[in-house]
Amino acid sequence: MRTVLYLVQKEFLQIFRNKFMLPMLLVMPVVQTILLSYAANYEVKNLSLGVVDHDLSPMSRQLVATFGASGYFTVYNTVFSSKIADADLARDRTDLILEIPPHFERDYIREGAGKVAITANAINAVKAGLAIGYANNIVRAYSLSHASPVAVNRPPAAIQVEYSNWYNPLLDYKTFMVPGILGEIIALIICFLTALNIVREREVGTIEQLNVTPIHKWQFILGKLLPFWMISLVMMTVGLTVGWLVFRIPMLGNLWLVFAYTLVFAPCMLGIGFLISNFAESQQQAMFTAWFFLLIFILMCGLFTPVDSMPEWAQWLNTINPVKYFVEFMRLVLLKGATFADIQQNFFTVLGYAAVVNGLAVWTYRKRV
Amino acid sequence: MDHAIQIEQLTKTFGNFTAVNAISFEVAPGEIFGFLGANGAGKTTALKMLTGLLKPSGGQAWVAGIDVQRKPEQVKRRIGYMSQKFSLYEDLTVRENIRLYGGIYGLKRTDIKAKTAVLLEKLQLEPYADQLVAGLPLGWRQKLAFSVALLHEPRIVFLDEPTSGVDPLTRRQFWDLIYEAAHNGVTLMVTTHYMDEAEYCNRVSIMVDGKIEALDTPRNMKKTFAAEDMDEVFRKLARSGS
Amino acid sequence: MNRFFAFVLKEFRHIYRDRRTMLILFGMPVVQVLLFGFVLTNEVKDANIAVLDPSKDPASIRLTNKLVSSGYFRVAANLQSPEQLEPAFRNGSIKLALVFPPDFGHTLDHEGTAKIQLIGDASDPNTATTLINYANAIILNFQQEYAQSSLGAQQAPQPMILAESRMRYNPEEKAVFNFVPGVMTLILMLVSAMMTSITLAREKEMGTMEVLLVSPLKPLQIVLGKTAPYLALSFLNAVLVVLIGMLVFGMPMRGSFLLLGFECFLYMFVALSLGILISTRAQTQMAALFVSALSLMMPTIVLSGFIFPRESMPVFLQAVGTAFPATWFIPIVKGVMIKGVGLSYLWKETLVLVGMAVVFIGVSVRNFKSRLE
Repeated sequence: MRTVLYLVQKEFLQIFRNKFMLPMLLVMPVVQTILLSYAANYEVKNLSLGVVDHDLSPMSRQLVATFGASGYFTVYNTVFSSKIADADLARDRTDLILEIPPHFERDYIREGAGKVAITANAINAVKAGLAIGYANNIVRAYSLSHASPVAVNRPPAAIQVEYSNWYNPLLDYKTFMVPGILGEIIALIICFLTALNIVREREVGTIEQLNVTPIHKWQFILGKLLPFWMISLVMMTVGLTVGWLVFRIPMLGNLWLVFAYTLVFAPCMLGIGFLISNFAESQQQAMFTAWFFLLIFILMCGLFTPVDSMPEWAQWLNTINPVKYFVEFMRLVLLKGATFADIQQNFFTVLGYAAVVNGLAVWTYRKRV
Repeated sequence: MDHAIQIEQLTKTFGNFTAVNAISFEVAPGEIFGFLGANGAGKTTALKMLTGLLKPSGGQAWVAGIDVQRKPEQVKRRIGYMSQKFSLYEDLTVRENIRLYGGIYGLKRTDIKAKTAVLLEKLQLEPYADQLVAGLPLGWRQKLAFSVALLHEPRIVFLDEPTSGVDPLTRRQFWDLIYEAAHNGVTLMVTTHYMDEAEYCNRVSIMVDGKIEALDTPRNMKKTFAAEDMDEVFRKLARSGS
Repeated sequence: MNRFFAFVLKEFRHIYRDRRTMLILFGMPVVQVLLFGFVLTNEVKDANIAVLDPSKDPASIRLTNKLVSSGYFRVAANLQSPEQLEPAFRNGSIKLALVFPPDFGHTLDHEGTAKIQLIGDASDPNTATTLINYANAIILNFQQEYAQSSLGAQQAPQPMILAESRMRYNPEEKAVFNFVPGVMTLILMLVSAMMTSITLAREKEMGTMEVLLVSPLKPLQIVLGKTAPYLALSFLNAVLVVLIGMLVFGMPMRGSFLLLGFECFLYMFVALSLGILISTRAQTQMAALFVSALSLMMPTIVLSGFIFPRESMPVFLQAVGTAFPATWFIPIVKGVMIKGVGLSYLWKETLVLVGMAVVFIGVSVRNFKSRLE
């Protein structure tokens, strides 16, 4: 064990001596977590509305004003030609077009039905769906409020929908994103670091010197893993503290549980890095292999797009994605206040994962080739 | 134990290529044994098998009486090694490098301290003890690396081209260190492609294409080949080999 | 000039012979584009919901069925009491709960109004918002139908405004239209920038760069010579990825192939010059990797509009996002392929990319020269 301590000491000396490394380890994750957490939301707001008003009646103006006052839409411009409106839509200046035909008001009053057309840029279909949903609601509400009370004997049956958003009542996506993005960045950094660090020692030749000493494989691997393990804990602590200070993320769950989990999750990523280094011949190879897997882990972890929307086979593939477990865990513990009993399956899966990866790493590491 | 190193029919093949072809010889305790040959002749491969870095494809070898084939880790306890690539950590200081290797070989903290002091004094590195190794001239680094390889007092030390790229004066100083170690009873096995260095060895073997073509004391070898110096011996051998 | 071409040719052969590099350059992006194209989608399908329905009358059952038949939802649990809500959410098995009051239908028919409650699992706020909005739209629709079926016969029709909605450019509402251009942009950027920055940093680390610097080639020639082969390969790569988008994911090609080709070429040039810029600053491969992969990867994913709509971001972050080439290339791909617009619509984005290339190359050459002096 004493041997391992000497190796750990050496590793820390090297890390702290590298001027470039410390900011990478401490500043970059925090800055990225804060900035990116502000941006990562699906909220659809500030929709830009182009209006084509062929009617120019009091009623059409009123309808447009209702859109403007709704809070969802900003009226970009009012034009009189569909062509111009289409061009604005094509240029991404507007997200949707409200087209009011001629005689809109007259038709509404005389025939009891006015027509408008709403055209959305549907490249992002979900966003377009929501935008059209909002627009329909506004039109419907306007239509109801405008209907002359004389014509209506009795209001039609209405269902009042009450919403509540549990665990995050204000729908503050940051509380969800902060722990998630932090975890992703930590996973990214430590996996890259381990893989490169070992391959670099091989390229430089220092690893050969270690291999002719009587140290055991597990001592060598532990000597590499422990420093990065500790660093990941520090990153987690700093990141969560900043997240709590800046965003006031609720810390519902047991914080010790979060750290206990990080203790298990970090070796998982470290082990993957180690495993990659065992098979890479150069730093370049190690980098690209690690990058390949990390990008997949990160985009599929459920932070950016819901895991439930993925095809069945992808969800199955995702069982080997450690970052997915991390995101799931953080959400359950930090936001839902889950206890150990709720997350033990996740916890033990990751523990087993870490054991398997590191076992494989020790097994495939060769002191003698 | 009679021999420090004993090798019988040791062979290493990489696919179709035979890097080391059934070599056999013995090295006596306290001997300085030179391993000569052109680049790619198989010297480094042979050395790596003896130090447990490469698995032999065939044959047997005993280092300090231990079977290299079967118990490479036990061999490692008893040997020192200095590779042709610079093997100390450039981003650690002189003192930190010594402490690291002392720690790896299980020396006590107080022993490491004492040995560091002795070593620094001997190499006259005291003023540079807390400087990064990266900043030292190559010759100094090589001397430091050799001293670190001796730190745990191994009985046998393997040196793989320890002086390549070093100026003649520093090479001379380096050989003084080797003599001193041999004087203390350490067996040294040195690979080199400087033929003048061969003269400093007790015995030399010359490898050509994975085989040992000649093995004797430098003096006998010059006599056998009727050569002025080792350089000529080597040229004659290489010509007959190809 | 002849010397320069000889140099480019040498570099090209060098890369071409390196099988592993070729595999990285072509294999990895193809696998990732295929994977992400299928996997990344924000559309909701069969989301698990829980229903707590103490009334169990025709109206509540009809509404539940309507929700399920929409394809967005699947009833995973029928709860008996409000106490069961918490555990159902807690273990993460449901995303949304629909809570009916007792006597839902009766209240609706006789008092003209009834309350229901939608509870979203907002620990994933993005999904919760989407689900609640979908559910809401379905409920409104149900309400209209219900009103018509129950009142329609007895009452004079009330004046209505009918809103006819159209989904322009993507009437089938395919998620790939939104994600595939982003995936292409992201992966081409990262692979190209990483590849160049790391390759050049490697030459620096190994000392082979020095050899080139003492040659009679000018710094700009060295930089361009090193990049030319990668530019050719990256461009091929871009074409390959576009073809995958079309053939595998059914992306349309409504605009001009030629224009898209030009834009891809420009974008790859920007990515490579960014790689060069990074390498002139980074001393080691590790440093180059950290800058090109770590500080480029996450911000490009989040800020470029690849996944999250840019207009919902705080203004400051929208501004930060404009610094990433991907932010400008995504609208170009969508514009040419899906909207079928030409350069007259995309000149601004194109100019920004040209400007970026000029700045990156300019700063690189300056860094390069100052190193020599």
